[in-house]
Amino acid sequence: MNYTLEKLKTCRYLYWGTFLFLGFLVLLGLASSAYMEHEGHYVTGMNNQIVWGLPHIFAVTLIVIASGVLNIASMSSAFDKKLYKPLAPLSALFAIAFLVSGLIILVLDLGRPDRLIVAMTTYNFKSIFAWNIFLYSGFFVILSIYIWTMLDFNVSKFSSVVGKLAFGWRIILTTGTGSIFGFLVAREAYSTAVLAPLFIIMSLLYGTAVFYLLLRIISKMQNITIPSEITVNIRKLIIIFLLANIYFLILYHITNLYISKQIAIEKFILLDGGGYTTMFWLGQVGFGLLIPLFFELTNKDNRDFPLTLTSIMVIVGGFFAVAVIIIGGQAFPLNIFPDHTIIESSFFDNNIHGYTPSIYEFGLGIGGTSLALIIILILITNLKFIPAKK
Amino acid sequence: MINRRKFLVKSATALAITFVVPSIISNKAHAKKPLAEKVSDKQSWGIHIDTSKCIDGCTACVDACNEENGLTGFGRPETDSQWIRKVTVKSNTTDKITTMPLMCQHCENPPCCDVCPTGASFKRIDGIVMVNQHTCIGCRYCMMACPFKARSFVHETLTQQNTNAPRGKGCVESCNLCVNRIDHGSETTACEDACNNLGHSAITFGDLNDKNSKISLAMNSNNPRRLRNDLNLDQKVFYSNI
Repeated sequence: MNYTLEKLKTCRYLYWGTFLFLGFLVLLGLASSAYMEHEGHYVTGMNNQIVWGLPHIFAVTLIVIASGVLNIASMSSAFDKKLYKPLAPLSALFAIAFLVSGLIILVLDLGRPDRLIVAMTTYNFKSIFAWNIFLYSGFFVILSIYIWTMLDFNVSKFSSVVGKLAFGWRIILTTGTGSIFGFLVAREAYSTAVLAPLFIIMSLLYGTAVFYLLLRIISKMQNITIPSEITVNIRKLIIIFLLANIYFLILYHITNLYISKQIAIEKFILLDGGGYTTMFWLGQVGFGLLIPLFFELTNKDNRDFPLTLTSIMVIVGGFFAVAVIIIGGQAFPLNIFPDHTIIESSFFDNNIHGYTPSIYEFGLGIGGTSLALIIILILITNLKFIPAKK
Repeated sequence: MINRRKFLVKSATALAITFVVPSIISNKAHAKKPLAEKVSDKQSWGIHIDTSKCIDGCTACVDACNEENGLTGFGRPETDSQWIRKVTVKSNTTDKITTMPLMCQHCENPPCCDVCPTGASFKRIDGIVMVNQHTCIGCRYCMMACPFKARSFVHETLTQQNTNAPRGKGCVESCNLCVNRIDHGSETTACEDACNNLGHSAITFGDLNDKNSKISLAMNSNNPRRLRNDLNLDQKVFYSNI
């Protein structure tokens, strides 16, 4: 295919309108974070029971998406599918933008974000968190080089090699993200290796959905049409990833149900966890997996609208999926006395922990997400990322 | 001729030189053991709790810990720090009700130290698990990893902290077996003192390596067990008569 890469050529008002709107949200996120840090985390919904909250849901979702949006570039470089080559730079750009925004949310939620330099210079190599710091910064460097090799003709011969490296790195990176939870032996909802492949398949699904949505928006702004082969293939990919996601989700829960000591947490998530059960069945499973699957299986003529709707639902469902994992896993009380029932405790040991996120956490999450979008907007306006026919 | 004023000034100066200056230039003036002495693995500090002596409704250990470490709450129990807490449990098989204090279990293989990205959570060679308040970044991963919910995150700005217990907003903290006392040569913790003062003697602190220490003797006669033994964390806090 003969193609060239162009800058975004949308009307000035649309560009500045979008820029100012996203910029405002980014500032709102920064203000939320500054307020949380100045006052202390008591102003958030997080506490000593639910220690990770809405900012972590946003951050993990964005980092998972960052790995997943690279699918399109990986298919071009790692699997040599020529169809996707024109879209590969855009795919790598999305990955870097979502990675940066996810990490910034994580950092701004730290109790001591001013000690970032400590986190970057003092490592405990037994910690998967420390390994993730390497994986994330390595991914950033590899993606930057990858984009360079794709945009600069002089070094383009290296793009395939760097692309393959990026593909391998992203698989390890998402394994690392899943392992943050998988390595927590104390909590029944976690402590399983299945979480690592589950996170990988989640990243493939959410990333593909995000890529398609952003491609749709950019093509509208640029007034270009997405080639039908791309739509057909993305639809097929989403169906495969939806089925794989359902498979790993069933595997995760069946495994837990088979282990007697895990039955209580399964009962909590699947049956009597109140809001968490609702989030699981309606949000994660219904809205995020089954309805999109139905839409796409019936979308035999590959229409854009159902695919767009599917992508939106997958992303919203993905957000619920991460929420169920992060909040649901903490809400269930720790089993400190396995053959006893705690009847009294000043530290809420015998309670299902509730969590109501504050406006500041929401502000930080939305601000971070907007940061990803504004990075993309600025870069596609100033550098040539968008494919066009010669 | 010395007048009264000169006499008072000279006396005060002499007293200061004798008592005040050494305590300023040397921080080990009041220590039974010199602080400069290195922490050694000759000791393995631990706590034994005889739950049969722990009184329901008594919070002396909790109050003493709060006072020792300056843990003044803000009236927000969900976010206020608790280094030690009282829990009451009922056996699922015998309905026996037991009350006991619960704090950091000072694991030999502590999950909090395993997951800490900066190594701020660490275990000393004498077995005390604690947080380096200078390198904790407040990520709370250790709180996610602790099987006993023993850690608290400082959610609010603190003022007038005790000098013997450095604490700060945005860091994680937990029971450190009154490390400041131990390093100054004390052989009791605040919770143990408080429990003994009331005559309950449910808490025994001491050196697990010393076969004749009070904790070793208490353990010999009480068939102690660890909480969540299935996790193989080899905690240094033992419970009897649960």
